[in-house]
Amino acid sequence: MNPHRRSIFVKTMTFLVYSFLYLPIFVLIIYSFNSSKTNILFEGVISKFGDLQIVDGNVLQSPCGPFHWFCELAKNKEVRSAAGNTLEIAFISTISSTIIGTLAALALSRYNFKLKPFSEMSLYIPIVIPEIVMGIGILTFFSQVFNYLNSLIGLQGDARLGLGLFTVIVSHIAFSVPFVVLVVRARLQGMDQSYEEAAMDLGANELTTFFRVTLPMLLPGVLSGGLMAFTLSLDDFVITFFTNGPGSTTLPIYVFGLLRKIITPQVNALSTIWIMVVFTVVLLLQWLQNRESSHK
Amino acid sequence: MSDFAVELRDVVKSFQTPEGGWINAVDHVDMKINNGEFFSLLGSSGCGKTTSLRMMAGFEWPTEGEVFIAGQPQGKKPPFQRPVNTVFQSYALFQHMTVHQNVAFGLEMEKVPSKQITERVGKALEMVKLSGMDKRYPKQLSGGQQQRIALARALVKLPSVLLLDEPLGALDLKLRKEMQLELKSLQREVGITFVFVTHDQEEALTMSDRIAVMSHGKVLQVGPPIEIYERPNCKFVADFIGDTNFFEGVVTGIDDKKVTAHIPLLNSTLVGMNTGGVRLNDKVVISVRPEKIRLTETCVLTYNCFEVNVKSSAYIGSDTRLEVESERQRIKIWEQNHISTLDPRAYHQGEVKAFATILPENALVLPAE
Amino acid sequence: MFDKLRQNKSFQGTLLVAPTLVFMIGLLIIPLILTAVISFGERDSSGGVIYSFGLHNYYKLIGYSTNCDSGASSCFDMLYVQILWRSLTLAFQTTMIVISLAYPLSYFIARATPSKRNTYLFMVLVPLWTNFVIRVYAWMMILRTQGVINGILGAIANLLHIPFAPLEMLYTPGAVLVGMVYEFLPFMILPIFTSLEKIDNSLYEAAADLGANSIKTFFKVTLPLSMPGVVAGTILVFIPVMGTFIVSDLLGGQKVILVGNLIQRQFLDARDPTFGSAASLVLMVMTLIVTYFYTKKFGFGEEIIVA
Repeated sequence: MNPHRRSIFVKTMTFLVYSFLYLPIFVLIIYSFNSSKTNILFEGVISKFGDLQIVDGNVLQSPCGPFHWFCELAKNKEVRSAAGNTLEIAFISTISSTIIGTLAALALSRYNFKLKPFSEMSLYIPIVIPEIVMGIGILTFFSQVFNYLNSLIGLQGDARLGLGLFTVIVSHIAFSVPFVVLVVRARLQGMDQSYEEAAMDLGANELTTFFRVTLPMLLPGVLSGGLMAFTLSLDDFVITFFTNGPGSTTLPIYVFGLLRKIITPQVNALSTIWIMVVFTVVLLLQWLQNRESSHK
Repeated sequence: MSDFAVELRDVVKSFQTPEGGWINAVDHVDMKINNGEFFSLLGSSGCGKTTSLRMMAGFEWPTEGEVFIAGQPQGKKPPFQRPVNTVFQSYALFQHMTVHQNVAFGLEMEKVPSKQITERVGKALEMVKLSGMDKRYPKQLSGGQQQRIALARALVKLPSVLLLDEPLGALDLKLRKEMQLELKSLQREVGITFVFVTHDQEEALTMSDRIAVMSHGKVLQVGPPIEIYERPNCKFVADFIGDTNFFEGVVTGIDDKKVTAHIPLLNSTLVGMNTGGVRLNDKVVISVRPEKIRLTETCVLTYNCFEVNVKSSAYIGSDTRLEVESERQRIKIWEQNHISTLDPRAYHQGEVKAFATILPENALVLPAE
Repeated sequence: MFDKLRQNKSFQGTLLVAPTLVFMIGLLIIPLILTAVISFGERDSSGGVIYSFGLHNYYKLIGYSTNCDSGASSCFDMLYVQILWRSLTLAFQTTMIVISLAYPLSYFIARATPSKRNTYLFMVLVPLWTNFVIRVYAWMMILRTQGVINGILGAIANLLHIPFAPLEMLYTPGAVLVGMVYEFLPFMILPIFTSLEKIDNSLYEAAADLGANSIKTFFKVTLPLSMPGVVAGTILVFIPVMGTFIVSDLLGGQKVILVGNLIQRQFLDARDPTFGSAASLVLMVMTLIVTYFYTKKFGFGEEIIVA
């Protein structure tokens, strides 16, 4: 019996589901070259390079040619600042949650302590509770705390504490940590404790053991945990929506705001860049990982 | 220097069971291991031998009692502050380091100058016959080679005691036998005390200067291999080491040297050695090794001789293993095939009548638990 | 002192887990408790919170009016109950459709040769890496009156010389359903794939050897063994669908209001955080109840980690 045999039904369904998954992606990409300014109908690709020429809302020629909307996007200050915020938030929260989560994973798989069952349980909160519940919970928490602090210290006007980059980053750390812990812990549980014992036996103290043995062996797990935290942060809308303030708008929030008002091919250009960047980064990581594993 | 390389003084180690109760994995153990000795901890899984070893290494701390290494109490010292090194059952070679880096790791931790490290690592690899492998990764080596690297990595530190936790368990039989002899000669060469944990009695008998037989967290008997095999001090040890026949009976006569017991299944009496610990009318078992029973055509003794029916026999090359019956007692007898012959009668095949003789010095009278 | 710390393993463990606990308690558990406390309170005129204890927000949710004078035709207004019910049924529908789409695909990937498996999985993940909001936007472009589908249909009609009136697809419950299915499909594929991949091929051979045909094999062997994946996937799909408000906001217009939209508006537009808190508490309890009974029946799949 051929283990790879699949029925016509399965093959057809697979084809349809993949088409379903990719149709929107293609639409997004194609429309980012749309000459129509309103981006309602696809009026064809901007084909000519040259001085900007717009007739009836149709871009006939542009200095950037088909990449007109990408150029417009690059000029857009709001997008640039939102992209900067998104990356800043993602980097800081990824690094923090990876470190914090790895430590917790170590505790949960290598130590016994009183708070262990409680800690394990608390990790499942972000998985089993809808994001919006956490989002408004955190929003309420911060606004109550800030109200209290502002009146306590007597802060006025712009000096008042409020929502911003800090609250977004802290919230992102909170919902990423459990995922890092679960991924790293799974890896730790598959890793025989005798490696760490061997290191200590050979004279390495706890810290040296961690940095020279545990961490290098755990690295693939830590990296995939970190990658997960990074994607979660990049993709997050709901919690950012409730915790962001002036100056901490991220790309998803910015796009959402745009979509409720106007639709422009700039959003498509942004999507296309987004897809390309993520695609390249992931391919690069996979390539690195493959090289690593074939190396050893 | 202390008299003992390792000493366990009234050591207890309890663990919590998943049900919430407590169990003594090691139960009031006293043990003294001499300097330069090849000492084995032998027992089936869960007998406490590995836990004892781990307490010497510092991976576990005793619940009660104290572990001494080279005369020093170890208390709750972590592994990296103890003058012992371990060879793990899984080898635990660091997969992300080369062979050289693995062996050098322990010396780096001691802050040995790098020139000396290279030199000592080279010597250690030479000692385990793996010179030239230093640039490879553990995954690129065979199981036997990995085993040697693990050994080199521990020995390069020149520990006062080397702890080995079933290091040969993962090797195939032939390689295992080779490594047994090699380990033993290596130990003689370096003169380091070896504490060797195994569940394989043959391995323990082959390699050890002394063996401690453990069961249910307790040490039952400590002694050289010959003593453990020839003079087991209890029914468990007699049963666990090698093969034996047990004759159950009641003591009917006793003096300093000999004990006479009535064996109901034999419908007769059997005279055996007095190993101490039994009194008149005690229930006893008499242990007789199968290879120590003589099968003859006529009796050679006036006592301890029984007429038997040969029930079955199995030719296994060096020996013929027979199952015989006398009255209702089944007896295993192993006859060495020292005559080269193809005559089937030499192996007592089929329903042949014969006499089994047991010399009293080969019959150990032990308390029936 | 250092030795004391070194010997106290349980303290070390607590120390290592402490930063995580700070975040879990500070930003998840305390906010949840705060939400519960506030849900019993009242709003003040500026949209702030007056801490008090009353069940009025919950009465309002179940539609019972506390200041119901004589003369009102009914003291019950089922608006919020309808919203809750709509969210629940939509979440069920989405989950069912997602399972039926994800299962064949996961099966296809799991049965592919190992070298191709990674590529297929990668292809599932790529759409997931575009942003959530952007994916909804793509569907807006497809479903609009002058969008991709109507464009294609119109072109075909034009070719065949049939009169064509564009279909109204955007801002309908159907559009919301499509959007939800699209958003959460990958979250079902991954866990089902993981559990299917674990099934040893010899089991299929054994089933065939014992005379089971392919349909029987599927129902007696494949499906039961892949249940942990389906369970994990369901949790990963059902819970977020219950709480999402972007999809309904952008694809449903003002017509499809879900609990998520209700909560969001209380916090940002209508400014009654106490009522929003009550609604979100009810949402949480609803998802927890469903998850509890569901996992109790089928077990909690380890596969939840992979997604």
